[in-house]
Amino acid sequence: MDGTPSVTWHGIVAATLRQNDVRLVTYVPDRVLTPLIAAVEADPFFTAFPTTREEEAVGIVTGAWMGGMRGIVLMQTSGFATLPNALASLACACQIPLVMMVSERGTLGEFNLGQAMVCRTMRPVLDALGIEHHTITRLDETEFIVDRTIRQAVATQAPACLILSPLLTGGKRFPA
Amino acid sequence: MSPAMDALHNAQVMNRAALTRRLVAKLTDQAVIGGIGNTNFDLWAAGRRPENFYMLGSMGLAVPIALGVAIAQPKRTVIALEGDGSLLMQLGCLSTVAARGPRNLVIVVWDNGIYQITGGQRTPAAAARTDLVAIARASGIAESHWAADEAEFEALAERALGAPGPWFIAARIDDKPAVTQTERDPVRIRDAFMRGIGSRG
Ligand SMILES: Cc1ncc(C[n+]2csc(CCOP(=O)(O)OP(=O)(O)O)c2C)c(N)n1
Repeated sequence: MDGTPSVTWHGIVAATLRQNDVRLVTYVPDRVLTPLIAAVEADPFFTAFPTTREEEAVGIVTGAWMGGMRGIVLMQTSGFATLPNALASLACACQIPLVMMVSERGTLGEFNLGQAMVCRTMRPVLDALGIEHHTITRLDETEFIVDRTIRQAVATQAPACLILSPLLTGGKRFPA
Repeated sequence: MSPAMDALHNAQVMNRAALTRRLVAKLTDQAVIGGIGNTNFDLWAAGRRPENFYMLGSMGLAVPIALGVAIAQPKRTVIALEGDGSLLMQLGCLSTVAARGPRNLVIVVWDNGIYQITGGQRTPAAAARTDLVAIARASGIAESHWAADEAEFEALAERALGAPGPWFIAARIDDKPAVTQTERDPVRIRDAFMRGIGSRG
């Protein structure tokens, strides 16, 4: 055991998804999410694939949950900003335990003004829709937050959002 | 003109409620996802089935939802009913479907060339004479077909229910509104659907 899968944030996330039988992973990619995407795509336990829009990914995970399979949607902050209608009219209205994981751009060293601005819309939208969300900043809290959030979403039939802070992931570096 | 284009212009104008009834009459345990507005209203009117999901909002997501159900339940055929305007809003999903290649997914598109429910405004695709079946085929869904008339719609539906997909079947329809409206209770609809397809006891 070389220890790598369990000591990186993405290793912990992949292991926690597996423990909770979250088998379906749909995503629109983000640089920071790359190692998590690579991990789930390499592991036959998961069905993982990209979609052309985040809304589509939400629809697929919603359908899969109704069909008896748990899933998660991975996206970037900008992708989350395309979702309020689908969240309100599908996930919230139908009480779907839609688990989302957002790689947070736009803060702690952002270099793109547009990303910084769109980031400011994310938590207000989540709050307006009453969607439980947690920002993960520390490796030692990652498993607990991911595990408990998935469990609560399923138990209460409510969507939930996990935000991966640059404090956890390192974020995207300012180009030199 | 491509053969698909010919098929579009030769296709008869049919009626959504009538075609929906013809389709539903063929079903046994298949799941059906009815897209926003008229599409799910006419599905409702065709007779309540526990395996139906009536999508009240989230325009454009009938196909992605159906794909999700199809992935979760590979032994069950899943049918997405979608309006042309709704499909246009989420055309990328056709590539996603083609990339996954779900054998148990059937997409049916009602093409009236308008956003009927919001006042009958013409879609840009209708103005441009865009061929949705050609788009589906070019997206990688080999079994993409226009139904020329009711008999061909029935024949295509029979084939799609029996042979591996994914399938994409489009029908030109008239500008009539749906014949009734679905009961607006999303939680109940979702719960009934889950019980209907056996994912909840
Ligand atoms: C994202 C979004 N944009 C616009 C609307 C308003 N809207 C509801 S149904 C509809 C038209 C749907 O067109 P189509 O799928 O072709 O079905 P038809 O009404 O023609 O039967 C529109 C524009 C909406 N509900 N959601």
